[in-house]
Amino acid sequence: MTVRRIVMALWSIVLVSAPSLAFQPPAQDEFVPVTDLPAGDQLPAAPFLIAAYVFVWLAVMLYVWTIWRRLNRVEADMRTLEQRQHGARR
Amino acid sequence: MGGQGTTAEGSIDMRKMFVPLLVTVAAMFAAAPVMIGRAPLESTMGLIQKIFYYHVPSWMAMYAAIAVCGVASAMYLFKGRADADDYAVSGAELAVLFGLIGLVTGPLWGRKAWGVWWQWDARLTSALLLELIFVAYLMVRKFGGPGSEKLAAATALFGTATAPFVYKSVDIWRTVHPNTGVVRTLGSSMPDAARPFALSAIAFILLFGVLLTLRVRLARQQHALDELYLAEEDR
Repeated sequence: MTVRRIVMALWSIVLVSAPSLAFQPPAQDEFVPVTDLPAGDQLPAAPFLIAAYVFVWLAVMLYVWTIWRRLNRVEADMRTLEQRQHGARR
Repeated sequence: MGGQGTTAEGSIDMRKMFVPLLVTVAAMFAAAPVMIGRAPLESTMGLIQKIFYYHVPSWMAMYAAIAVCGVASAMYLFKGRADADDYAVSGAELAVLFGLIGLVTGPLWGRKAWGVWWQWDARLTSALLLELIFVAYLMVRKFGGPGSEKLAAATALFGTATAPFVYKSVDIWRTVHPNTGVVRTLGSSMPDAARPFALSAIAFILLFGVLLTLRVRLARQQHALDELYLAEEDR
């Protein structure tokens, strides 16, 4: 009976600890100099920051330009129509 | 609405609007490098965290645009207010613009901070879908033919109802994206970052206001032109 209890207790410990052991990251056995890091980890931040800043302004400027272009086209059409209507009245 | 005198009136308004637009843009250009230089570095992300000053305000401007589009679409659908439709289409266009800025600046930040350009998690995916809903709104209006305005307005209501879920997605689900508390607690966690962030947010909202005014002006001119065409056909 005692042996059975001990086996059950050990089995419970194995069951409980197995998931945590399975998900343990490998232990670090040496230091890694920053120059030896993978390329993705060595990315400098400034180009990304500047790219984001430039994109914001390019997007806004492009949008303002499209509004100007569309408005000019609409106003040109309106002028043409107005001139045609004035011509028809005379 | 416009009449035969709207051409000249429109040009004058454009010139009037161009001055505040230039001032806003110039102020933002001047303030941004100063903000970047003076704001404190975040402990784990360092310099790249400063994309925050464009990324978050662009989403704030997008939510403002969605709110305008949603309210205007509801007024157009349920009250029959034709002028509200001008605000709805303008809001939708600006939602797409500011959403695009958020969707481009986010991956630039993520590539450095997370090591990947994109992650199909709840926040990023739902934000992309929200952007696509408003792209769909604009496509329905452009290619939907007569009567597409009402169908587009219903799409806008759907998009507007989706927006709060996108905002809260980071609090509801576990994602790689920081949760909403990051902005709420900025004043206590990084007090020196709160002022540049507030300046940036105000600048983006001002920019949104100026662009909305310009775009509404364009929508009204387009209506005026349509009326002129109709008047000519009636003769």
